[in-house]
Amino acid sequence: MSPLHERIQEYLPLLVTGLWQTVAVTLLSLVLASTLGLVWALMRSSGTRWLSLPARYMVEFLRGIPILVVLFYIYFVMPELGLDLSAFQAGVVGLALTYSCYIGETFRGGIEAVDRGQVEAAKSIGMKHGKMMRRIVLPQAVRIALPPYGNNMVMLLKDSSQVSVISVAELTMQGKMLASSTFDNMTVFTMVAALYLCLTIPLNMLMRHVELRMGAAS
Amino acid sequence: MIRFENVHKSFGRHEVLRGIDAEVDKGQVMCLIGASGSGKSTMLRCVNGLEDYQSGRISIDGETVDAHAASIHAIRTRVAMVFQRFNLFPHMTALQNVMEGPIHVLGENRDEVRARAQEHLRRVGLADKMDFYPSALSGGQQQRVAIARALAMRPDAILLDEPTSALDPEMVGEVLSVLRDLAQERMTMLIVTHEIQFAREVADGVIFLDQGRIAERGSADDVLSRPTHARTQEFLRRVTHPV
Ligand SMILES: Nc1ncnc2c1ncn2[C@@H]1O[C@H](COP(=O)(O)OP(=O)(O)O)[C@@H](O)[C@H]1O
Ligand SMILES: [Mg+2]
Repeated sequence: MSPLHERIQEYLPLLVTGLWQTVAVTLLSLVLASTLGLVWALMRSSGTRWLSLPARYMVEFLRGIPILVVLFYIYFVMPELGLDLSAFQAGVVGLALTYSCYIGETFRGGIEAVDRGQVEAAKSIGMKHGKMMRRIVLPQAVRIALPPYGNNMVMLLKDSSQVSVISVAELTMQGKMLASSTFDNMTVFTMVAALYLCLTIPLNMLMRHVELRMGAAS
Repeated sequence: MIRFENVHKSFGRHEVLRGIDAEVDKGQVMCLIGASGSGKSTMLRCVNGLEDYQSGRISIDGETVDAHAASIHAIRTRVAMVFQRFNLFPHMTALQNVMEGPIHVLGENRDEVRARAQEHLRRVGLADKMDFYPSALSGGQQQRVAIARALAMRPDAILLDEPTSALDPEMVGEVLSVLRDLAQERMTMLIVTHEIQFAREVADGVIFLDQGRIAERGSADDVLSRPTHARTQEFLRRVTHPV
C-alpha cells in the first residue's frame, strides 16, 4: 500500500463530494422538517380539536415507523403509486417527514412551556389566537425550544447517513463504496468519521453561542 | 357598567361562584375582599372571559360577556386587566409592552401610540425606564408598567387581581399611589385586594366574598369598619392583625 498521506489525498475528493451531498440533504430536509414541524406544533396547540387531533395522529403515525422503512417506502413504493422521486428527493422527503415529528414535538414543548400568564395577558388586551401566537408566544417559545432544536439538527445531520440505503451518494455511501474498492476500511471510515465531526462540532459550538447570546438578551 | 346577575361558575363538580349578583357603576371603585379560595380571582376573570361561567349573566354596559363568542375580543379591549404577577411580555421593553395593544390590537397610529404610551409611563413614574426590559425592573416598576399597559387601551374599566400581593412590602406604596390617582380620576375599577387601609380610602363599595357567595356588601366604611357578618369580622381581624 502507498503511504498514508497519499491514500488520504487519493480518497479525499470522493469523500468531499459525499460531504457536500450530506450537507445538501441535511439542509433541505431541515428546512422542510422545520416548516412542517411548526405546522404540526401550531395545529396541536390551536385549541381546536379538528386541527389538533389530525396533527397528533400524524405525528404518532410517523414516529412509529423507522426512518429506513419510510425511505424504502418513498423510494420503492411511491413509484408504483405514480410518484417517481429521485433517490436524492426521496431521501430528503423521508428525512423531512420523520424529523418533522421530532421537531414538531420540540416546538410544541416550547410553546407549552411559555408561562400561562403570557397567554392571559395577550388575551386580556384583546389579542386573537393567531396574533398572540406570532407576537407573544412563539418569540418566547423559540428561546425555550432552541437547545432541543439544536439537538434535532445534529441528529438529523447524522441520520442523513441513512439515505445511503437508497443509494444517495452522500458521505457514508461514498465511504462504503471507497472501502469496498480499496479494502482500506480503517483509513476510509476514519476519514468519514472525521468529516462528520467537521460538521457536528462547529454546529454544536454555533448552537451554544446562539444560546448564550439569547440568554443574555432576555 | 359591570353587572353580575345570578352568576354560577364551576370547575368540574366544584362550584366556585354560587349565585353572584353585583354591579360596578361607571366611575366607581369596587373592592373585592375575601379569604383565599373564596372565588375572587374567578369572579374577576369571568368579566373578561378568561373563564367562562355556566349560568346567569355578566354584562358590560348591557352587552353579555360570553367567553366562547367572537365578541369577547372586543369586550377585552374595553375591560383591561392587571395581574398579580404582572405578566409583562419579557421580550419587549416597557414602552413596547405599553404600545403592543393599541398598535397590534386596536390598529392605531404608531407615532400617536408612542407619544401616549410615553405619557402613561411618565404618569406612573417610569419616564427613565421606558427602554428597560421587564427583567431589569423591580416588581413595583413592573406592576406600574402593567397598569400603563392597561391604561394605553383606553379601557372603560380595569380589573385588578391582587395587584400588590406579589410585591415586596417597600414597593406596595408606589403601586397603590398610582391606583389612588386613577380612583381620583374616576376610572372604573374592580380590585381584589387585601390592603384594607387602601380600600377604606378609595373604595366606593366593598364586597366580601365567602365560599362563592357575597356574604356582605356596602360602603367601604360599613363593611370594613362595622362588619355585621361573623365571617367578615374574622377575615378582617386576620388581615389587619396577621398572626
Ligand atoms: N382553573 C381551575 N381549575 C380548577 N379549580 C380552580 C381553577 N381556578 C380556581 N379553582 C378553584 O376555585 C376556587 C376559587 O379560586 P380563586 O377564584 O382563585 O379564589 P381566590 O382568588 O379568592 O383565592 C378555589 O377552590 C380554587 O382551587
Ligand atoms: Mg386569587
